[in-house]
Amino acid sequence: MPTTAELMVSNLSVQFGGLKAVNEVSFSLQPQTLAGLIGPNGAGKTTIFNALTGLCPVSGGEISFGDQRLTNQPPHTIARCGVARTFQNIRLFKNLTVLDNLRIAYHKNRQYSLLCSLFRSPRYWREEEQITARAKEALELVGLATKAEHLAGSLPYGEQRRVEIARALMLSPKLLLLDEPAAGMNPQETLTLLELIRRLRNELKITILLIEHDMKLVMNLCERLFVLDYGHLIATGDPKAIQSNRRVVEAYLGGTGA
Amino acid sequence: MVKPRLTGLIKIILLLCIYGVVRLLESRGLLLPYHVQVLSLCCINVILVVSLNLINGFTGQFSIGHAGFLAIGAYLSAFLTVKMHVPFLAAILCGGLLAGLAGLAVGLPALRLRGDYLAIATLGFGEIIRVIILNMEAVGGAKGFSGIPKYTTFGIAYLTAIITVVVIRNFVHSDYGRACLAVREDEIAAESLGVNSTYFKVLAFALGAFFAGTAGALFSHYLQYMAPTPSQIGFVKSIDILIMLVLGGLGSLTGSVIAAVVLTIIPELLRGFAEYRMIIYPILLIVVMLYLPAGLMAGRELSLDSLARLCKGVKSSAHYS
Ligand SMILES: Nc1ncnc2c1ncn2[C@@H]1O[C@H](COP(=O)(O)OP(=O)(O)O)[C@@H](O)[C@H]1O
Ligand SMILES: [Mg+2]
Repeated sequence: MPTTAELMVSNLSVQFGGLKAVNEVSFSLQPQTLAGLIGPNGAGKTTIFNALTGLCPVSGGEISFGDQRLTNQPPHTIARCGVARTFQNIRLFKNLTVLDNLRIAYHKNRQYSLLCSLFRSPRYWREEEQITARAKEALELVGLATKAEHLAGSLPYGEQRRVEIARALMLSPKLLLLDEPAAGMNPQETLTLLELIRRLRNELKITILLIEHDMKLVMNLCERLFVLDYGHLIATGDPKAIQSNRRVVEAYLGGTGA
Repeated sequence: MVKPRLTGLIKIILLLCIYGVVRLLESRGLLLPYHVQVLSLCCINVILVVSLNLINGFTGQFSIGHAGFLAIGAYLSAFLTVKMHVPFLAAILCGGLLAGLAGLAVGLPALRLRGDYLAIATLGFGEIIRVIILNMEAVGGAKGFSGIPKYTTFGIAYLTAIITVVVIRNFVHSDYGRACLAVREDEIAAESLGVNSTYFKVLAFALGAFFAGTAGALFSHYLQYMAPTPSQIGFVKSIDILIMLVLGGLGSLTGSVIAAVVLTIIPELLRGFAEYRMIIYPILLIVVMLYLPAGLMAGRELSLDSLARLCKGVKSSAHYS
């Protein structure tokens, strides 16, 4: 195994009162891997994402990304390090247009100063044009170029999920975390999504970690899987190995029911 | 779609026309000095409401201590012109800057609070400022500060109001403003996109406070007398500004401007019915809130574009009828 891991998680624990939602979890991701995080409901998958992105306090362990330490950093610092995410319960800015949702996410790359913006210097205009062009590019990528001026909240569920991915891409992330990106999508949309995620990895060369319940999608898409059960990492490996892993089968069939 | 350059030019011409018309009517005696006074007050209130909109409307914080910043600007500038003989424009700027600094000082701790708690903290801040002024002999204390020169002309108030609206509009339509909108819409999502939510709350607060301070400077040199009463620089004044803001619509600059002007003029018109004023005015507010709960403009803006579209719509429907 090469040692140039991009994301290193070691002995990560997250505690909510008496509940250890994540228990001593360790794993690492190589650059440009397409990996999946699976496990029954309540296993702690979303909590791991929250810990990675600084949205919930880590009670033990270390997270590092490249040469940066992410443990208990505020979310906006982590985002600036190149970690972007989507949310299980979509968190778009519903009252703003799709285009504005995306432009907001360009924030960390904005160069012009506050004074430039207050007096609309040429630099402001130039950069705003670039930002809009970038946003339109990202919308093109997820196939929603025609929806730029719609209010984000007015789009159907499946399209909102894609807007959220496009918005995350505006950060030019090195690592993209997708929390149940196919939830609420019909089979056709899921297929398009599958293609999209592949393209993101292949064309933009980013590392992707996704949480997904649709086993067919996960087995089809991911090169590496991490299986979580009651906060414990119970298996790691390629899809084939996971499918035949005894503990995984037990967790899914004998557990609380996914 | 009207071209941006062209709309910019049209707007400048329109604004100059308004100024020209006021001066013309004034010189012909059709507008009495009292009327022009009311128009100056309109401009001051526009500044107050638009700057509060930045905090409450665009950034989604609930501040009800705006008069505290007004008070700082009003008293500092008056002190500077009366006691130190500082030129008026410099005094306005100083008033704004000190109010902005106060915004920073209050914003940093207070903006960790949310919703009701923030509202109470800002209310408390406003009253603290008032009580401090009440006990400051250098600015007249409880007797009030009198003998302030009448420096606020319609021209200066009008120009300051325009600058305020333009600067805040520019802010809102930049990356900085979008970050504020993001904080208002969903703080967690904003943070996950790299927006430092505390920073932008404090920034909006300080910028809003700065403009409220300049409005204060105009206010004291308009009234020529400042009294540390709740209705002039205390919570009653804060609530007045808040009512104008909510009526115009949170998050709409044109709404703020319209509401500030209308709600400044209506009480003046009702002066003749002084005894009914406090009945008519609240009823008006209740009616508007019942039928337009999101305010007059409900987060939208009145623009030349939308006006042009409206005119075209009227024309084309006239063609087909
Ligand atoms: N903010 C929180 N406060 C308390 N408990 C939480 C919180 N977030 C998650 N949990 C609990 O942690 C466990 C793991 O939740 P989660 O990570 O959302 O699971 P999933 O694997 O389905 O995404 C659940 O038992 C959940 O109730
Ligand atoms: Mg989950």
